[in-house]
Amino acid sequence: MANNILVFIEQRNGVIKKSSFEAAKAAADISGKLGGTVEAVTIGDGIENLEKIGAYGIPKVSHLKNNELANYSASAYTELISKFSNDGGFDIIFFAATSMGRDLAPRVSVKVDAGLAVDCTALNVEGGEIIATRPVYAGKAMAEIKITSAKKVFALRPNVFNPGTPSDQSAEIVTVTVDSPDLRVRVTDVKKSDGKLDVAEADIIVAGGRGMKGPENFHLVEELARLLNAASGASRAVVDAGWRPHGEQVGQTGKTVSPNLYIALGISGAIQHLAGMRSSKYIVAVNKDKDAPIFQIADYGIVGDLFEVMPVLIEEVKKIKS
Amino acid sequence: MKIAVCVSHVPDTAAKINIGSNGTSIDQTGVTFVVNPYDEFGIEEALKTKEKLGGETVAISLGGDANKETLRKSLAMGIDNAVLLKDDSYRDSLSVAKALAEEIKVQGSELVFFGKQSVDFDNSIVGQLTAELLGFNCVSVVVSFTIDGNKIICEREIEGGKEVVETTLPAVITSQKGLNEPRYASLKGIMAAKKKEIIEKTPASVPNYVELIALKKPAAKQPGKIIGTDSSAVPELVRLLREEAKVI
Repeated sequence: MANNILVFIEQRNGVIKKSSFEAAKAAADISGKLGGTVEAVTIGDGIENLEKIGAYGIPKVSHLKNNELANYSASAYTELISKFSNDGGFDIIFFAATSMGRDLAPRVSVKVDAGLAVDCTALNVEGGEIIATRPVYAGKAMAEIKITSAKKVFALRPNVFNPGTPSDQSAEIVTVTVDSPDLRVRVTDVKKSDGKLDVAEADIIVAGGRGMKGPENFHLVEELARLLNAASGASRAVVDAGWRPHGEQVGQTGKTVSPNLYIALGISGAIQHLAGMRSSKYIVAVNKDKDAPIFQIADYGIVGDLFEVMPVLIEEVKKIKS
Repeated sequence: MKIAVCVSHVPDTAAKINIGSNGTSIDQTGVTFVVNPYDEFGIEEALKTKEKLGGETVAISLGGDANKETLRKSLAMGIDNAVLLKDDSYRDSLSVAKALAEEIKVQGSELVFFGKQSVDFDNSIVGQLTAELLGFNCVSVVVSFTIDGNKIICEREIEGGKEVVETTLPAVITSQKGLNEPRYASLKGIMAAKKKEIIEKTPASVPNYVELIALKKPAAKQPGKIIGTDSSAVPELVRLLREEAKVI
């Protein structure tokens, strides 16, 4: 069986997403194990530094270009990627499982008649076949799955696959102008939430729970987050209480996250919250209840009053950042 | 307008998940099952849309007899009709979507709501797959929905913001928390739902494209160190984060 791999490279505002470099490197690694070719496709108008995909092991990237495709269009992107894949005879397509990737991968999988594995956190090759691991029940269990159809689509959870050290290779860029894209579903505007980092993408998350005592105290969480270049997160209890916006919620009915560092402040650690953040590489907990479940998974804990601890923590972080 | 909402029956988010003896399904002992939380937003939006535009609503669920509880709850909230596509066997997302798409065709629905994902397998793809199979437009992870004639304007949540998306009927919308506040079933609604018939159908069997090899518990994390009980522990915490973990 042929194993020609295509990677979709996602751009927003003409900038390639970090998670696409992760997917590119993972695709190149899998290609190295399976044999066959690997190349990339991207869609948009002007895209910066596209040749950098080469540094992650992808020798060639096709840029499907049209100024109406600068913003995402589910219909047009689906059509273009599917046609590109079918025309090029690709067997496997990789996406990053971002909000765009998770929207797009299923549609493309139907169009190219492929089985689909989304939100993969590990890929292993066994006997020439890819075994994917993905969290289920918000990470309370892990599923090992195998796509059995001839064509396969994988979407990889952001922030999990290591893109490694980029080499000095540049990718060959082939620009293809797109005529009259199918814009039946189109993005007409993008509303950014005032430049804040999103919990799903951040390397560090500072999250507050009910122990913060009220919305007026979250400036402490936000200040620490700003100092660490981190995203602010929240538990379900404080989102349901209306203290924080839903976009910040971490846990089973919020976002499942895997940052390098997760700082839990006044979060006791309900099972649905732990499920959503337990795969963080390092976890810090500050909570006055020594029996709080969060301490069961925390690497470093302070059992104490967070209103006494936080101002000192903010000052200490300021020192190392100055 | 004919409006459908697809609902799934899932373990409560507070449930502990243990793996069953077959290694490919969960041990259901002591696990409470509920309407998938995201599907409640879909039910609510279907009801609100019907209240605005008139028409008829149907809830569709694929699974075993237990799913009738979730369909009953949908009826109690105000959904007009309920269909159970009865199949207890393992189906991958695509095969679920194929069964749902066939039933949506039978129902003649023009607008279909889903939850953005089921909180069991967390794929968040069945809505999009179903839309593509039907040739419907689709907007996923929607936090605001308006419909005017044939035209739909949604906001969908993306990393660090929202996209405003325009499309037209027929369409599939997958619902995210924030879209609305699902109503509680009234006592009258609960009583009426008990009398309603849940139509049972057997979905066509189609091959799975994805094989579930095993379910496993995630690697247990070892509890770490308690560094101290007040702010005097902070310098040591910062040192550990810098020198041991190397994350700040």
